[in-house]
Amino acid sequence: MQIKSVARLAALALVVCAATASAQTVKIGVISTYSGPLAAQGDQLDKGFKLYLKLNGDKLPPGVKVEPIFRDDTGPNPDVAKRLAQELIVRDKVQFLVGTVWTPNAAAIAPLTKEAKVPFVSANAAGVNIPYLSPYFARVSFTLWQSAYPLGQWAAKKYKRIYTAVSDFAPGHEAEEGFITAFKANGGEIVGSVRVPLANPDFVPYMQRIKDAKPDALFAFNPAGKQATAMLKAYADLGLAKDGIKYIGTGDLTTDEELQGMGDVALGVITAHHYSAAANRPANKAFVAAYKKEYGENLFPGFMVVGAWDAMDLIFHAIREQKGKIDPDRTMALFKQYKNANSPRGVLALDPQTRDVVHNEYLREVRRVNGVLANVELETLATMLKDPFKELKGKK
Amino acid sequence: MEAFLSSLVSVAFHGLAYGMILYVISVGLAVTMGLMGFANLAHGVFAMAGGYILTSSLQHTSIPFPAALVLAFVAVAAGSVVLERLLYARLYSAGELEQVLFTIGLIFMAVAVARLIFGTLQAPVILPDYIKGQYALFGREFPTYRVFLIAVSGVMIAALWFGVERTRWGAMVRAAVDNRAMAQSVGINTRRLFTLTFALGSGLAGLGGALGAEIVAIQPTYPLEQLVFYLIVVAVGGQGSLRGPLVAALLIGFSDTALKYWLPQFGAFFIYVATIALLLWRPMGLFGRRV
Repeated sequence: MQIKSVARLAALALVVCAATASAQTVKIGVISTYSGPLAAQGDQLDKGFKLYLKLNGDKLPPGVKVEPIFRDDTGPNPDVAKRLAQELIVRDKVQFLVGTVWTPNAAAIAPLTKEAKVPFVSANAAGVNIPYLSPYFARVSFTLWQSAYPLGQWAAKKYKRIYTAVSDFAPGHEAEEGFITAFKANGGEIVGSVRVPLANPDFVPYMQRIKDAKPDALFAFNPAGKQATAMLKAYADLGLAKDGIKYIGTGDLTTDEELQGMGDVALGVITAHHYSAAANRPANKAFVAAYKKEYGENLFPGFMVVGAWDAMDLIFHAIREQKGKIDPDRTMALFKQYKNANSPRGVLALDPQTRDVVHNEYLREVRRVNGVLANVELETLATMLKDPFKELKGKK
Repeated sequence: MEAFLSSLVSVAFHGLAYGMILYVISVGLAVTMGLMGFANLAHGVFAMAGGYILTSSLQHTSIPFPAALVLAFVAVAAGSVVLERLLYARLYSAGELEQVLFTIGLIFMAVAVARLIFGTLQAPVILPDYIKGQYALFGREFPTYRVFLIAVSGVMIAALWFGVERTRWGAMVRAAVDNRAMAQSVGINTRRLFTLTFALGSGLAGLGGALGAEIVAIQPTYPLEQLVFYLIVVAVGGQGSLRGPLVAALLIGFSDTALKYWLPQFGAFFIYVATIALLLWRPMGLFGRRV
């Protein structure tokens, strides 16, 4: 009797073991901004993550499951982000980290991932230096140099004199430096540069100064949304377009999710970026249709949604290849060979040396298409472009 | 020389327009805080409500722009009466700290509610064609909307000054604020008076939010982000007067614009330096009365 029950118990234990062995659960720690005054950007990332998980969450080897754990960093708060990452690594034992909207947060998390050997994918944070902080960091979003540099090369062919106006924070400085480097190297003249405060209620005085300097074009960088809109309105209000001053910038100026709210002032703005919701690629059309079905007919996915989508795809690729048994170094090796021809943005790969994204940059113009504003792609500025900053200044 | 004169005209115009924007979005607070002495930090909530009423009605209905402005004023004023009776009236006699904590709490609630209803993106303002583009004046071109804004603000300032300084209602408000018990004992219904004045202040906030929406974008965090500007205008202007905030708004508008134009690298923080300097010089504000 006793022997029988022991045997039964052993058999049961075996079954339980087999069951747990076949049901591999991969934990993904997601750090984004869900509350606070800057939750709008976090909302974009969240929509991208969840859309991918909903449509592709089951495309895994048999028995492998994914468990995302969402955490709120409440805005550009590096200390909060670092604490959340630590908890996710130590307590929840996540095998991947993905996030964040903000560069300072990603920069605070990166050193932890080096120590704990947890692959960390940036779905948005674009600060040019983050990959240097950890060999387990990979980025599918973009760097500002990637948009600003080819735009500067293009602008040098069309315009002689350019004024630059950027928001006074790190991304603004990077966009400014990338653009000016390329524009000057190709013979252009910068007639003036101004850095405007981030919390600025009125851009008109700056714009009047630019108008009086009579450049051929104005290169601008502001965070998408009300800042970019306010700057454009000042440009329109003072009639700079009529004076023949063209408005150009990186795609951050006219992000697809904010574009409808900006209104007609955005018409004619020229930008360089890797993603437009209006792009004709079949993968993008399917993506935009799925997004609208999920979140609303009048909404458009911006580049952050695509960043989140591609970050998930990169992680799913690594999970599939390893059949759910995650090894951090094997993961990084897989990341470095990753290439996706069906991203909404077109072809996407990672640079094996820098773990930074490699993708195409498109020149776009804001036009009205079928009654809505759209970033219409005019030409491909650069094909499979690596981050120009690291190409020029060395890959540490 | 001609270039300098021409830029001087530009700076004067834009400074005036910016001053008017500051005044328009703060004038409601000048009434509730300056006149009634209630530290209503949630002023921006009423301004945001007015802004959303304007943008939504322009977007979803076909009512003309001026009607939408009136609607913003009336609806916010009416809504504020409910809030005043339910919440604010209990705190009239409370200390400033209680008022500040209470109204800050209201801001956070309003931000969350606005995000729930309107989403996080900014609300687009669809302007009619007649106030778009540029307006030629004395051979120079000025943005039409800003000309319109200056004109409307001018009318608003005149009406408000007349109401407070020259009417019986204005005299009653001033009396009730200075000494409420005495005003009551001479037969003034201070409860109704305060409700009406509060409604006026909130209505003006709504109107200001709506008028300024084209320049200061309406989105859920509006009450927090603009708070510092209202407080600067009212604090520099001084409590207890309507003239103070106007002078303060114009002063800040002119000097901020001039500095951003001629010395753009210092433009970012001038407004704060000026505030500190002015308050060190006159702690009660430019036209403040010692209470």
